[in-house]
Amino acid sequence: MILTLNGKQESIDRPVTLEALVLAKGLCPDKLVVEHNFSIISKEDWPKITVKDQDMIEIISFVGGG
Amino acid sequence: MEDLLTLGGQSIKSRLLIGTGKFSGYSLMKKALEAAQADIVTVALRRVDVGSKAENILEYIPKTCILMANTSGARNADEAVRIARLAKASGAGHWIKVEVVQDNKYLLPDNLETLKAVEILVREGFVVLPYMSPDLSMAKRMADAGAAAVMPLGAPIGSNRGIKTRELVEILVQEIKVPVIVDAGLGSPSDACECMEMGCAAVLVNTAIAIARDPVAMAQAFREAVSAGRTAYLAGLASPGSVASASSPLTGFLRDETR
Repeated sequence: MILTLNGKQESIDRPVTLEALVLAKGLCPDKLVVEHNFSIISKEDWPKITVKDQDMIEIISFVGGG
Repeated sequence: MEDLLTLGGQSIKSRLLIGTGKFSGYSLMKKALEAAQADIVTVALRRVDVGSKAENILEYIPKTCILMANTSGARNADEAVRIARLAKASGAGHWIKVEVVQDNKYLLPDNLETLKAVEILVREGFVVLPYMSPDLSMAKRMADAGAAAVMPLGAPIGSNRGIKTRELVEILVQEIKVPVIVDAGLGSPSDACECMEMGCAAVLVNTAIAIARDPVAMAQAFREAVSAGRTAYLAGLASPGSVASASSPLTGFLRDETR
């Protein structure tokens, strides 16, 4: 199964929820925002959404900027 | 009566807005924000670098500050709107600096795409501050569309060149009903002071503080300069003349007036 995660193609062996994906990447869920196929998914819904082949996922956070 | 800046329905004490890019570390940035006594602080959104243990910048921004995400990286209105929605969803609140740039050499804003984004975001309930080239018609349109302020550039982002757009910004100060906040290009506290003396409501500074040898001291210097410039504006500056006007009495001293 191939995903596009933050613009890069990535292969995963089995279906996972957005929550599991974030945790598997070692990311701290606080102050992250996840976009799944161009829809913003609120944190409460991360466990309810299972990613499918060819899905596009963006995981975004804050950095310094002017 | 305290001189406060009204912006987005809030009364803001500090007229020095601070950008958080380019600091060599978040702890240093935090000290600079404290020295600036900033009330409004900008941040950017980026893809998480999966696998790296980056620190959360928000932990280094005082909780009393209003967080204003920018839409940097947006090349058109749709991308700016998308970034703004992401910022809101990630808990940064609803203040947004709209920045739409297609030109990578000068980073000059695209006023038309910026206006389109302002229209959409105002309808969605954001407090919207557009970064723009200082064009009177566009600034009027931004204000009519509901922008909380307009943010003309002083010079290209990060160039530290000062208020090169002075005459155009002065026109905005005279004609635009919403606050005019000079954003980008200010290199020294005297540049910031000049903007405030002209009647700008505030300035936004990032690079000049972040890359100073001592960013904390520079933040303080900018705070003092902004405060001095504002006080001078309120005091009413004397107008320049082309010939001398004596400031001491010239008559009746050490001279025989009858000769």
